[in-house]
Amino acid sequence: MTAVPHVLPYLVAVWVFLAGAYGLATSRNLIHAVGCLSVCQAATYVLLLAVGYRDGATAPVFSDVEPGTRPVVDPVVQALALTDVVVGATVTALLLALVVQVAKRHGTVDPDELTELRG
Amino acid sequence: MRHLLPLLVAVPLLGAALLACVGRVVPRAFAEAVGCAVSAGTAALAVVLLLDASPPLVEWAGGWEPVAGHSVGIVLVGDGPGLGMAALVSLLTPAALAYSWRSFDAPPRGNAGSFPALVLLFQAGMCGFAIAGDLFNAFVWFELMSVVAYALTGHRVEEARAVQGALTFAVVNSLGAYALLMGIALLYARTGELAMAEIGRELDAYGPPDALVLAGFVLVLTGLLVKAAAVPFHFWLPDAHAVAPTPVCMLLSGVMVELGVFGVWRVLGTVFSGPGGLPAADVERALMVLGALTAAIGALMCWYQRHIKRLLAYSTIAHTGLFLLGIGTLTLEGDDGVALYVVGHAGVKAALFACTGILLDRFGSVDEHVLHGRARPLRGVAVLFTAGALGLAGLPPFGTALGKSVTEEAVGGPLTVVYVLASAVTAGAVLRVAARVFLGLGPRPQEAAGDEGAYETTGSGEEPETRQPLSRVPDTMTAVPAVLLAGALAAGAVPGFADAVARAMSEATTAGLVQTSVHWTPVGVALGLVSTLLAVGLAAVAVVRPKLLAPPARALPLRRLQSGHVGDYVAWLLVGTTVLGVLALPAVLTG
Repeated sequence: MTAVPHVLPYLVAVWVFLAGAYGLATSRNLIHAVGCLSVCQAATYVLLLAVGYRDGATAPVFSDVEPGTRPVVDPVVQALALTDVVVGATVTALLLALVVQVAKRHGTVDPDELTELRG
Repeated sequence: MRHLLPLLVAVPLLGAALLACVGRVVPRAFAEAVGCAVSAGTAALAVVLLLDASPPLVEWAGGWEPVAGHSVGIVLVGDGPGLGMAALVSLLTPAALAYSWRSFDAPPRGNAGSFPALVLLFQAGMCGFAIAGDLFNAFVWFELMSVVAYALTGHRVEEARAVQGALTFAVVNSLGAYALLMGIALLYARTGELAMAEIGRELDAYGPPDALVLAGFVLVLTGLLVKAAAVPFHFWLPDAHAVAPTPVCMLLSGVMVELGVFGVWRVLGTVFSGPGGLPAADVERALMVLGALTAAIGALMCWYQRHIKRLLAYSTIAHTGLFLLGIGTLTLEGDDGVALYVVGHAGVKAALFACTGILLDRFGSVDEHVLHGRARPLRGVAVLFTAGALGLAGLPPFGTALGKSVTEEAVGGPLTVVYVLASAVTAGAVLRVAARVFLGLGPRPQEAAGDEGAYETTGSGEEPETRQPLSRVPDTMTAVPAVLLAGALAAGAVPGFADAVARAMSEATTAGLVQTSVHWTPVGVALGLVSTLLAVGLAAVAVVRPKLLAPPARALPLRRLQSGHVGDYVAWLLVGTTVLGVLALPAVLTG
């Protein structure tokens, strides 16, 4: 095995995170910004799953696999990723609700036009 | 006793669930009574556990204890500092709820239970974070308290500023949380453990730190420093604190931000302190630089504010910088001092926010210039506000003063000046507000022609939190800040309290092997008096000769950084992460 396939998922995670952060920093629309935040979060899924991956291993479901007979991928990171998904859903829902209120109260979803809080 | 630890989280969670279920059918008084009873009961539990926390309580949830040194369970650690933070959170929560009885009309008129339920959830999240001994669990509690804090900040959804501030708060903090999670994933990849102490042990077994440990360190600290509002991760805090309802401000500034500092302390002490973690010199450099920068910028921006809540928010940032400097010494004395300082600061800052809330509900404004002289009739509030300002300056025998003097001694050298100046400038700004608003001293600040476009946030656009402006101040609204100030005073004045704190810190970090003694020293008292005199002097000059200390044009670039634009704040977060990495880089290059 060469090193590249092992490093690739980590590079992908970094790239996805930075792409999301770039989108957030330059966003002109708050709904787009919330989407970018979800992209950043997707990087954490990639990273978690990459950490638990093993070559030639199967899913850690022992209904049809005798324990100890063949390697399985790490179930802990999958549990973490699942928790992470739940957290992400909550945050996204709340953020979108706030964006709806921002649109109602300010009449815009462009962060450049929100100038009430500064200095 | 250790089996009771999970109840610290479970009790407020169940209370919140109950209130969410029955909130629509019960009257407001009942919902708030339940909220207060549940949060106060949790506080009692936290205090009982705290008194029993020697030796530290360790509970593996569900009985999943480690086997042969490897763990899959979730560990809760009830040591002095953790339970102390949980007790502080739990004591401040009923105070905030009691304050909200008369001060705050929660907007969803149909559901009386929603506001107390959210506050209880917030308490559960913060208590969980305080006693988490597992890094991933700390992330989950971090997220729970963050999400509830976003909802509470934007609770008054009818208000344009409130929703904007909450949105900024949510985006920046969530991004920080994801950085924290990536750091946790990297540490798990190296060690295969999630419990903090076990991660530390495995890192030590692996050998000296490499790039992966450094990346994990930087990402974990990014998340925690966003919560602690260290420069340049701090931009969300003034925007959120200025718009949140007053009882929520009390909790945000009083304990939530400090939990970020606590998280940094916990992670440094248990995960990165061994030979496999980061060398002490690099950690020290990173925290000292960020702490000094945070204190300086927080104090300066605090001085330039006229929106009183925003001013207090910046003072919280300045004090966070002082806390970071204290734990950055990585000495037991520094930890002792910061612990005392945090306790005193929580009481003082929450009391100051409570007094500001009275102004908001009485006069419909929190603007220093608009309120000039209008609060003359509120003598009692004036006394409380001034006492809070003096506590902020570190006037002995407030707990802030004792904490500050112990920390100053641990930090030593030129950095003492940072402590004196930062506390004097922030307290001076608060005293300036007190002199203008409550006494009507000095000339009335004039709005220059064409000043509408000035780069600042005025406090006049704020809506009172009650349905109609209060004609007289309810007793609960003055009793709560009075009790909080008395608590802050007791933290410094009650003999034995400081020693108990020192004993708890020593037991948590060195298993009680190293004993420190914490007491008032002549130098510490003198420095506290110097800060106080300096604060009074600054306030006097600012009131009598406003031109002398008005923000110069040079300060405009600094103010422009606080642009209110969420994209800018995200960019600063990335800059901060990079800076943190650069500051800690020598650890890997030399190792």
